[in-house]
Amino acid sequence: MVKSPKKRSDGQELFLYRLRRHRMIVCAARILILILFLFLWEVCADYGIIDSFIFSSPSRIALCFWEMVLDHSIFLHIGITLYETIVSFLLVTVSGILIAVLLWCSRGLSEILEPYLVVLNSLPKSALAPLLIVWLGATPTTIIAAGMSVAVFGSIMNLYTSFTTVDREKIKLIYTLHGNRRHALFKVVLPSSVPAIISNMKVNIGLCLVGVVIGEFLAARNGLGYLIIYSSQVFKMNWLLMSIVLLCIMAMALYAVIGIVEKIYRKKF
Amino acid sequence: MTPILELKNIDYSYHTLDGETKALSNISFSLTKGEFTAVVGPSGCGKSTLLSLIDGLMKPESGELLMNGEPLTENSSKIGYMLQHDHLFEWRTVYRNVLLGAEISRKLTPEIKKRAEELLEQYGLKQFARSKPSELSGGMRQRAALIRTLLLEPELLLLDEPFSALDYQTRLAVSDDIGQIIRKSGKTALLVTHDLSEAVSLSDRVIVLTKRPAAVARIVPISFDLEHDTPLIRRNAPEFKTYFNEIWKELNHDGQITEKTV
Repeated sequence: MVKSPKKRSDGQELFLYRLRRHRMIVCAARILILILFLFLWEVCADYGIIDSFIFSSPSRIALCFWEMVLDHSIFLHIGITLYETIVSFLLVTVSGILIAVLLWCSRGLSEILEPYLVVLNSLPKSALAPLLIVWLGATPTTIIAAGMSVAVFGSIMNLYTSFTTVDREKIKLIYTLHGNRRHALFKVVLPSSVPAIISNMKVNIGLCLVGVVIGEFLAARNGLGYLIIYSSQVFKMNWLLMSIVLLCIMAMALYAVIGIVEKIYRKKF
Repeated sequence: MTPILELKNIDYSYHTLDGETKALSNISFSLTKGEFTAVVGPSGCGKSTLLSLIDGLMKPESGELLMNGEPLTENSSKIGYMLQHDHLFEWRTVYRNVLLGAEISRKLTPEIKKRAEELLEQYGLKQFARSKPSELSGGMRQRAALIRTLLLEPELLLLDEPFSALDYQTRLAVSDDIGQIIRKSGKTALLVTHDLSEAVSLSDRVIVLTKRPAAVARIVPISFDLEHDTPLIRRNAPEFKTYFNEIWKELNHDGQITEKTV
């Protein structure tokens, strides 16, 4: 179904053909699973095999989404969650790099702070959310802070580890070229840590979304997290499941954006 | 004439929680301008430590280091240091790798850029100037690393087993190549190696160190009566074997060297 048999005569062509076929099978299987899942869900709900009031159905979710598009209310919810996630992600990335650099610059400081970072990193961040509400009020600031709190400590620790595992001989090279520690940082440590920084960003974007949704559960009037909590309380399962689907799509899209950044970086270097 | 570099009674020890390891003990020798000197010794005897001390990366515990008769200041720009690996940065082009030293010393002038391009052309790397280091062969990478060092115009070159990361065949070719480049440039060079034939084929003088703590066991002057005195031709000369055996015996005489060191 793909290539003419003439081209397959070459060993390389055969290899490429097999590779392409394998990729197509994987891709087709993925789509098939999704379609099958949606179809079964829809059919089961329509024929009363599952209770559509509790489980909703794809068509009901789509309809619900369309209604909210028409009255524009969905854009506010998506927009605010997206805004809070992106802001907390950017803050985590910037502060993570800055603090990791600071720790790299001072071995003493990193040694002193290590146990604190470990404790803060392993602390369940949802425990902090109520505290943040009391301190900062039920505002987007609280939710951004909640988003940050989930990702920032792990981010600092990962980046610091990657900074300290840079090849010592490469740093020695800087000194043999009569450079100092600042040169080592800007010429070796940061450039060679870019792949680590990008993979750290991939983790952070997901964690920030988690933190933001937790924040919205507790202290919001808008946003998808708020929508989930509100709809579960009033038993609007269409809303709830639609919000979850939207969160899935949002997570995928944000991850894809970082993937594009990574591709651009790879092409350039 | 004042020697370009003079070491007087240098001592150095490493300190760890487990105790003290004496690395260098009472090392004294000097280098005259334009001379190519090799340092050989059993592995782990403190050869690299010696170079780090000369380059000012570490301070000797006692003793004196003089350059042109004056105490050596930290990180002297008159010294160029070539490490075991080329350490070309993959995120820079070959050209920008070569300019790294100049960039750090804030000497990125149009003249130095021109000189970098000249050197790249001279050493056959011109067409790779905009390439990534990974596109270069092992020998070409070493040349690029040498240009990076030479661009700062050091009076003294320190070479820390610069060929040891290469396979044997490349290694012969590259040491011949780099040896000739250094000879032609008239730089003073101090080469640290554990390869005796490399030491004999490249240098004017071989300093033999003892097992740790390293002390100077003997200094063997090397001279070949050859029309074209290149490292590869030296290897086929009759004197080569004599020198090799002499140094080999000196190392063995020490009673510490084992066969696997060769």
